[in-house]
Amino acid sequence: MSKKCSRRNFIKKSIAGAVAAGLPLSAFKLLAPGEARAALKESNLRWAFLVDTRKCVGCGFCVKACKKENEVPYDVPVTRTWVERYVVTRDGRTHIDSPMGGRDGFTYKRIREEEIPDSEITKAFFVPKLCNQCQNPACVQVCPVGATYQTTDGVVLVDRTWCIGCGYCIMACPYGVRFFHPVHKVAEKCTFCYHRITKGLKTACVDACPFGARRIGNIKDENDPVTKTILTERVAVLKDEYGTKPHVFYLGLDERVR
Amino acid sequence: MKNHILRPLWVAILLVSAILIARGLYVPDDFGVNGRNFTYGFHRKGNIEDWKAFPVKYRGRDYCKECHEDNYSSVSDSAHAVIQCENCHGPALGHPDNPEALEIDRSRGLCLRCHADLPYPGSQRGDLPAINPDEHNPDTPCADCHNPHNPEQEG
Ligand code: HEC
Ligand code: HEC
Ligand code: HEC
Ligand code: HEC
Repeated sequence: MSKKCSRRNFIKKSIAGAVAAGLPLSAFKLLAPGEARAALKESNLRWAFLVDTRKCVGCGFCVKACKKENEVPYDVPVTRTWVERYVVTRDGRTHIDSPMGGRDGFTYKRIREEEIPDSEITKAFFVPKLCNQCQNPACVQVCPVGATYQTTDGVVLVDRTWCIGCGYCIMACPYGVRFFHPVHKVAEKCTFCYHRITKGLKTACVDACPFGARRIGNIKDENDPVTKTILTERVAVLKDEYGTKPHVFYLGLDERVR
Repeated sequence: MKNHILRPLWVAILLVSAILIARGLYVPDDFGVNGRNFTYGFHRKGNIEDWKAFPVKYRGRDYCKECHEDNYSSVSDSAHAVIQCENCHGPALGHPDNPEALEIDRSRGLCLRCHADLPYPGSQRGDLPAINPDEHNPDTPCADCHNPHNPEQEG
């Protein structure tokens, strides 16, 4: 090849050079630091949930309402929220069950085919569970495509058009609240009924609970009754040691609940 | 430079450019860092609106009052005042146009959710009026004898 700079060579090289130099720059525009900083503006709204395990009677209306409100297939054993029954007996054993997530309530004393006489029970209670809407959600960290994210008011959502169904988030969640949606074929999770709370309504499960065992509020508002309870009473969270900073608080939580 | 080095280099540059152009066309404009930081806020912004637009199905008891005044007042004054109508009758989205009538669940299971005897110490369940489902008039719907809207009365 001659070292001579012919007109044809010059034009060819300069076009290619311009394209090669320009393209990568446009691709990295997404990560511009200015953009990230603009998004950081403080929000004075942060949703939090309060569960009173002493009030729950295990009727399961919350699970029924959640599945119908959020179009989670009713007869498939997946659910965004569920109720667990804990029965502790004199021999120190803990019997736990949650048939169909507690969708139809708990109508029998039998637990996993085992009859437990009343006289053997030392304590027993129901624990409703749902997404903890963590401040540091592990499920969001592992998403390879940016399909799941945290809103500025603290709710973790899944973009159904963007999720590729890889299942990393389902495995990353320490609380096991995520599952694969059998119809949409994407990751699915509790949204705190985002379509309801952003319209001033309560979540479907909160409205359905006859006994006030479930409540939702804004933890950045000190006058919110839920926030007041969280600030003044002894509340606990699940799996604190994971550092995910869960925002579902429990009253009357037992050490056996994991 | 030698041709056998330049040619593959051009191919590589072309390939990368093609991928980047395709990505630019495919990824929506509102995709970016929209939340706290890249780790937690990297997403398509429009999805928040998608979720807000999801239809609300449970209307709440005050909605029923407009048309079912009788049931509303009898439930409100009864021991069942704490129970939402839609817990027993299903979500009222579209009612009374479509569906014209809501579900009427006369199964015993509906009532046993709360009244099946589970005398659990430390749980409010133990304080509810309770019956043993196998002994309390089995096989007969509860609503035959109890008024679900006003359980102090006969059905
Ligand atoms: C705008 C008026 C209206 C409102 C509001 C309304 N309903 Fe109705 N509902 C009707 C009418 C009209 C029918 C009768 C349909 C029929 O019998 O074919 C009906 C039928 C029903 C039935 C079936 C009755 C039967 O005999 O089969 C139930 C149950 C019911 N409604 C419950 C509710 C509940 C619960 C709510 C509140 C969440 C509600 N309705 C709100 C007008 C209304
Ligand atoms: C504890 C569950 C329960 C609750 C709560 C409840 N219902 Fe019912 N409802 C029933 C059952 C069961 C029947 C069927 C009664 C029968 O067949 O005798 C019924 C029947 C009805 C009917 C049709 C027959 C009738 O009695 O008029 C209407 C309308 C109705 N309910 C409306 C309401 C409304 C409105 C509310 C809320 C204010 C409500 N229900 C709350 C269980 C419930
Ligand atoms: C969500 C839980 C729940 C469901 C479901 C439920 N009940 Fe009740 N029921 C209650 C509560 C709470 C009371 C009031 C207890 C009290 O007064 O201490 C009650 C009271 C009663 C009583 C006793 C009334 C009295 O004399 O004091 C009867 C009978 C009764 N319900 C029948 C029914 C029937 C029939 C159904 C099904 C249609 C039903 N319940 C469904 C919660 C429920
Ligand atoms: C054949 C009629 C009949 C049927 C069916 C029936 N009951 Fe009763 N129930 C009664 C009568 C009568 C009483 C009051 C006398 C008594 O305490 O046994 C009663 C009492 C009760 C009480 C009050 C108990 C207490 O300690 O105060 C509850 C709760 C109750 N029933 C729930 C139910 C439920 C839930 C069903 C359906 C699974 C049901 N009943 C089916 C007739 C019936």
